[in-house]
Amino acid sequence: MEKQNEVLEQVIIKFAGDSGDGMQLTGTQFTNTAALFGNDLSTFPDFPAEIRAPQGTLAGVSGYQLHFGSVNIYTPGDKCDVLVAMNAAALKANLKNLKEGGIIIANSDGFDPKNLRLANYPDGKSPLEDDTLGKFNVITMDVTKMTRAALVDSGLGTKEIDRAKNMFVLGFLYWMYNRSLDITIKFLEDKFGKKPAILDANLKVLRAGYNYGDTTETFRTRYQVQPAKMATGSYRNIMGNQATAIGLVAASHQAGIPLFVGTYPITPASDILHELSKHKSFGVKTFQAEDEIAGICTAIGASFGGSLAVTTSSGPGIALKGEAMGLAIMLEIPLVVINVQRGGPSTGLPTKTEQSDLLQALYGRNGEAPMPVIAAYSPGNCFYTAFEACRIALEHMTPVMMLSDGYIANGAEPWQYPTSADLKKIDVKFATEKNGEHFLPYKRDEKLSRPWALPGTKGLEHRIGGLEKQHETGNISYDSDNHQFMVRMRESKVEKIADYIPQQTLDSGPEKGKLLVVGWGSTYGAIKTACKMARSEGYDVAHAQITYLKPFPKNLGEMLFNYDKVLIPEMNTGQLLKVLRDKYFVPAIGLNKIMGIPFSAGEIKDKIVELCK
Amino acid sequence: MDTATTSAPLFTSKELVTDQEVRWCPGCGDYSILKQVQTVIPELGIPREKFVFISGIGCSSRFPYYMETYGMHSIHGRATAIASGLRATRKDLSVWIVTGDGDSMSIGGNHFIHLMRRNLNVNVLLFNNQIYGLTKGQYSPTSEEGKVTKSTPYGSIDHPFNPIALAMGADGTFIARSMDRDPVHLKDMLRKSAAHKGTSFLEIYQNCNVFNDGTFEMFTEKATKKQEALFVESGKPLLFGQNNELGIKLDGFKPVVVNINENGNSINDIWVHDTSDRVKAGILSRFFDSPEKEGHYPRPFGVFYEEDRPCYEDVMEDQVNQVIAAKGKGNLDKLLKGSEVWDIK
Ligand SMILES: Cc1ncc(C[n+]2csc(CCOP(=O)(O)OP(=O)(O)O)c2C)c(N)n1
Ligand code: SF4
Ligand SMILES: [Mg+2]
Repeated sequence: MEKQNEVLEQVIIKFAGDSGDGMQLTGTQFTNTAALFGNDLSTFPDFPAEIRAPQGTLAGVSGYQLHFGSVNIYTPGDKCDVLVAMNAAALKANLKNLKEGGIIIANSDGFDPKNLRLANYPDGKSPLEDDTLGKFNVITMDVTKMTRAALVDSGLGTKEIDRAKNMFVLGFLYWMYNRSLDITIKFLEDKFGKKPAILDANLKVLRAGYNYGDTTETFRTRYQVQPAKMATGSYRNIMGNQATAIGLVAASHQAGIPLFVGTYPITPASDILHELSKHKSFGVKTFQAEDEIAGICTAIGASFGGSLAVTTSSGPGIALKGEAMGLAIMLEIPLVVINVQRGGPSTGLPTKTEQSDLLQALYGRNGEAPMPVIAAYSPGNCFYTAFEACRIALEHMTPVMMLSDGYIANGAEPWQYPTSADLKKIDVKFATEKNGEHFLPYKRDEKLSRPWALPGTKGLEHRIGGLEKQHETGNISYDSDNHQFMVRMRESKVEKIADYIPQQTLDSGPEKGKLLVVGWGSTYGAIKTACKMARSEGYDVAHAQITYLKPFPKNLGEMLFNYDKVLIPEMNTGQLLKVLRDKYFVPAIGLNKIMGIPFSAGEIKDKIVELCK
Repeated sequence: MDTATTSAPLFTSKELVTDQEVRWCPGCGDYSILKQVQTVIPELGIPREKFVFISGIGCSSRFPYYMETYGMHSIHGRATAIASGLRATRKDLSVWIVTGDGDSMSIGGNHFIHLMRRNLNVNVLLFNNQIYGLTKGQYSPTSEEGKVTKSTPYGSIDHPFNPIALAMGADGTFIARSMDRDPVHLKDMLRKSAAHKGTSFLEIYQNCNVFNDGTFEMFTEKATKKQEALFVESGKPLLFGQNNELGIKLDGFKPVVVNINENGNSINDIWVHDTSDRVKAGILSRFFDSPEKEGHYPRPFGVFYEEDRPCYEDVMEDQVNQVIAAKGKGNLDKLLKGSEVWDIK
């Protein structure tokens, strides 16, 4: 029978199943295939909070959302077009996020009485069998049965056979979206090269899923999503934490000094450590410390010794590092502190995302303790933000805070990767000679930064510490005028960085007008998409995303007053809003979401429309 | 720190004196420790600029300001961690940690035990005065039970740490005790600390004459020292007493104090100290009961235990080198590119 081909601009698929169903792998495989085909895309995994939540329950559902298209894609998408539900809990947990008329691909085996009960379906009634799903287009298939059928002769046990289930679904989706199996075949060959029986089984099931679409008459429509018109160049797929890690290695390379990372594991920051610990061939030293305080303190020690020193964590760990950050501020040594934010307060929501540590980053230390703060806005941008954090730290002799969050840290997107030749050199100078009759460790240059004199340098022996220092000599000083002078000096030094960073630019929209939407961090994609949608409907709206949160770019204040209104969407109760109102007296309006999940473009667009009317 | 043997000093003790006024109370035991350190450091055959003194917070932690070397006066309890990061990345430096009993046993207790097990090649000097000096006299985690201080007007109810036993328990590789009032012994212990490759832990009994005066006088003053202090040396029998007439004999694992001239005892029955014997060092570390207690053991001074174990920073570097040998030096362009790429034309 003739199958029809329908062309789509963009598709959002949610892969959902039990933690053991392999949905993360299925999602990443489809993503890689889409990326290499040339689609633009954005992804977001959504893990259960517990490592081994009870099987079949709502708490155990693991999801992976993929948004791909022939148009430019900036977010993992709002509501899905397709929901893959490997069991009843996966359906229940995700149904509210499926568009009306959307497709459900349901594994009927996951809707047996036990699964229905675990997913809290009343009276064990299967939603596949009554009219609850009337608004949707339901494709039911017994994945387990067909997987087992494909592997009857494999000689494998049922447990091993069932593990290949996700390949059936993946094969079917490849058929549905006209994709080649090549990339996944190559992946499986690499992964199971040493286990031919398992490799064979997976390949068989993958093809069985594909063929099932091809030969079964019920499926008449296949979809085509053409490659996107992206800037020409070479691309790879990248996750935020991976980009951060690579950015640090690149900065170390461009600065010509070794990278040291002192850290303690915490979700969602640990993957930076995992990634960096692989790169020993770059001379990277990773130190898994006994706690976060030791993490930053070992980094301070390494910085004192002349390394590019980094510490990574999330909110709870950053809180523990507070006093040591103050020390680094007093020592005026380079240090990069990375906060991959998660929901708070306290232990909060480890696996969810939030932007609620901005005020902590700006003010969360004892005393007047100014520290530059910059934020990454997308997975790929984490690379440049990490690199820039290192540049500022090294060239201005200061600790720098980089903010990322769980959303971009775990999210992925195609990334037009740079070559080493595209990257700036980072200017590191170690002091080698006395700068006065005695060496003056706190004598400042035009950037107001002090010399970096490494232990081992003859004639520059000196002591530094956390107590207030006398201007230039660095000796302990309790003099009141000196303290006020030094407090102001440290602040001026950080403010001076504004002379060495780019001006704030608009991401899109008119230079003057009715409404400016200002964002920072991971809201970028949703705001960009929302503004585009609103402009296509004729609303006069511009978008600026702030990377440099301390100091702000010099032209930011002026830019804010070029519009009648300013809207600031944030995943917190209005922290940037507070800071901008305080600094520029701008009567900005907040749009705030503190649900542990990112904004949808639609939510922001609605607010834009409301404000433009 | 393992280093060259003594030859003509590269610099003098005087050159280790800074222009900063020393601010400890007159009579404080810290002065003596400073003096002995300034005497020993030039003998080690290491250039002055290679020394780094890192301290936490406390009276003792003012130490780096008085040493004309590189130094850092950091935050309370964290000197051990800062020094670990420095030594892990700079194997050419001789790193010294100066800490107090509050600094290392209380707020910095966690970093302390982890430094011991990692065995970075650094030297820890614990100035134990059994009190919080800088904050003006509260009891510390090494203060004895019942101690009356500003924060314990009715006596401390805390059971104290035994720092030597703690370091043993944390698998320290060099564990020793000395005292501020015995410059000769202290210098000897400093030299031995410096010679050990791995973390050297030296506990120094230090008199705080303002808030805890005389707390160690049993061990340090002439009248009682011979009776109460047991100076141990590897290969020598454990003897003490006015005329070295008392000794420690092991009855199974139970140490017994005997007079070698009485009851048919002989010096040949006395336990001979062996710094490489972990089990016996463990027993020795437990000689910690109050000198006021009837039948107490004398308090040992000297090196309790020494072991040769690879240092963290060496293994760390080896691992880096092995990876480079196997995979070649990292190529940034390869890393940026990753494993799967596609072109948009
Ligand atoms: C985070 C922090 N907590 C508390 C203090 C206050 N403080 C300073 S020194 C000290 C105790 C010092 O005792 P010890 O380490 O024994 O040193 P000593 O002064 O006896 O040499 C305390 C509690 C501090 N500086 N920082
Ligand atoms: S308070 Fe005690 S420890 Fe501190 S300087 Fe004075 S005597 Fe020394
Ligand atoms: Mg003390």
